[in-house]
Amino acid sequence: MEIDAVRALIEAGLDQCEAHVQGDGRHFEAVVICPAFQGKSMVRQHQMVYAAVKEQMDSGLLHALSLQTFTPETWAAREG
Amino acid sequence: MTVQERIQLLVNSNKVVLFMKGDRLFPQCGFSGKAIQILDACGAEFDTVNVLLSDEIRQGIKEFSSWPTVPQLYVNGEFVGGSDILLTLYESGELQRMLF
Repeated sequence: MEIDAVRALIEAGLDQCEAHVQGDGRHFEAVVICPAFQGKSMVRQHQMVYAAVKEQMDSGLLHALSLQTFTPETWAAREG
Repeated sequence: MTVQERIQLLVNSNKVVLFMKGDRLFPQCGFSGKAIQILDACGAEFDTVNVLLSDEIRQGIKEFSSWPTVPQLYVNGEFVGGSDILLTLYESGELQRMLF
């Protein structure tokens, strides 16, 4: 898969979200920022992202996706 | 016993159990290896289940937690996360609190 395709999938699957994706075509890393993550556990936040790419993961097109998830607030705090 | 029941039993019988590829001596994937490193750094006791030994478990564990990847850590019967989450929890000290 292409980095842009992964990013597009994530952003399509989550309302108002921003995804920054890196990867080599098989293993990807994504930073995902979304207001809907507010108040949810990390497991739940990651599950939301995985749901957006479920088909590609099930088919093996997307083999590995490392995630870091943030709300817009925690992301802004991190940037310093 | 169904696969889901077997997994439930494994998760209930051990306080800390990591479903992974390979075992703690020979992790078979970078993410599983990372999870082992983090748990060892905590000094925790834990059991491992090598999903590569059983296609049923390998598939079943993903359905069990609604989580598409391995490794998966369970503490006191509850799914805690994969290697990304473990690293974040370790850095914040929360993983150590959960394990002891």
